[in-house]
Amino acid sequence: MIDFTPFILSLKLAVIVTIILLIIGIPYAWYLSSTKSKIKPFLETITALPIVLPPSVLGFYLLVFLSPDSFIGGIFYKLFNIKLVFSFPGLVVASSIYSFPFMIQPIQSGFESLNKNIIEASFLSGKGKLTTLFKVILPNIKPALLTAIVITFAHTIGEFGVVLMVGGSIPGKTEVASVAIYDYVENLDYHSAHIYSAILLIISFLVLFIVYFINHRQRRKYDIY
Amino acid sequence: MIYINVSKKLSGVVENMELNVKIELKKGEFLAVTGESGSGKTTLLRIIAGLEKAKGRIKVGNEIWQDDKKFLPPQKREIGYVFQDFALFPNMNVLQNLLYVKKDIDFAMYLLKLSGIENLKDRFPNTLSGGQKQRVALCRALMRKPKILLLDEPFSALDEKRREDLQEKLYLFHKKFDLTTIMVTHSSNEIYKLADNMLELKYGKQIKYGDAKKLLINSKTSEKFSIKGKIIDIIKVDIINIAVISVGNNIVECVISQNEAKNLKIGESVLLSTKAFHPNIKVINENTSC
Repeated sequence: MIDFTPFILSLKLAVIVTIILLIIGIPYAWYLSSTKSKIKPFLETITALPIVLPPSVLGFYLLVFLSPDSFIGGIFYKLFNIKLVFSFPGLVVASSIYSFPFMIQPIQSGFESLNKNIIEASFLSGKGKLTTLFKVILPNIKPALLTAIVITFAHTIGEFGVVLMVGGSIPGKTEVASVAIYDYVENLDYHSAHIYSAILLIISFLVLFIVYFINHRQRRKYDIY
Repeated sequence: MIYINVSKKLSGVVENMELNVKIELKKGEFLAVTGESGSGKTTLLRIIAGLEKAKGRIKVGNEIWQDDKKFLPPQKREIGYVFQDFALFPNMNVLQNLLYVKKDIDFAMYLLKLSGIENLKDRFPNTLSGGQKQRVALCRALMRKPKILLLDEPFSALDEKRREDLQEKLYLFHKKFDLTTIMVTHSSNEIYKLADNMLELKYGKQIKYGDAKKLLINSKTSEKFSIKGKIIDIIKVDIINIAVISVGNNIVECVISQNEAKNLKIGESVLLSTKAFHPNIKVINENTSC
């Protein structure tokens, strides 16, 4: 009998991280796409850093900075009694940092390719900023939003190095599906590793296929980005 | 009455310049704004719409839209704005584009019907032609029953036939809804047909402002007609000299004297006229004529 706990943990982690990053990502990507400030290249570099940084490097730094002895980890531990290493909340923080560019970059390029006149046309139609955001801006970057959400989700499900470093591999708490495969291989249980890998492969394929399929249709129908 | 007295520093095509405009419009007036690219025409429209800030004062009827203390955002200025690229919302169909401004389906359908596009109400903008998009943009701008209708080169992307068609529609709307309209255009033809007054800008300065028809007619002498054109070739056929002149979209040939053939140059802007059945070609000094 297959133990689905690591999958449920992976899904839970991916859903929470995607929601957090979506809420932070929309205003942040809007700022990046519209700012002319000199610090823009610096912010873009910081944003993209997790793409090029080895997961072990990021994992190591997070381990150092999130531990209860550190400044940030200490604040969380003292104020909320939350330990950010070898715990699920720690995984959420680490994954949010690791998946950050996968949410920001597609939304930012969606905003940048949006015809700014339609935003002004909405203001001139008497609509405020919030209505414009939800009725005009976001619907017209739907493919970019969908790409960002799905890639972030898939990337969080698939990440390995950072979650292993920050979360350890505590069954039922921090042992997500990708880490579980590693554990199975280490224990020479190739049968379970095969099943887990096949499930992850199918999920990844389906998720990407759905994104590309929907985006293809949306772009053809509305001519949007 | 509408009073507009605004100034704004701009980075122009040549150098930094200051846009300075002082105009007054009566209700129901049609004002055409013209001038070279980069002279500040679009900026003027954007300032009136509240999309850009500028120094000065705008007063519409008894309401102050902006002065030293007050600045009404675009949402609160009753403006209809037609963008050069139409700026229709791609995620909404034609009817939804209109209803987004105001949920008044009867008025929306009435406008679409007047424009002859009620059969397109369920279509999305990316399936419409330029002329159709332009009509939708015009209808959408009218949904708020605006105090001022602003149009930024609305017909520049259309062919001659569509252009004439839409000019008629615009004039119909202008009269029917007693609109005060300000339109940016490069076409003298359009100004003559539609506008009561015209304003010409150059490097941000008002160089002409007044009755459109009076300002447009060039002939100051007893010439029966005069047309602005550009010499594109001077050819010699046997003993006759011919100047080939481009006038709008037409090419005309005009017999010229030996002396004229010597003095005229290819590329020069000229006024083509007749006097006593004799064709005249006069070189225009670009700085003083229109």
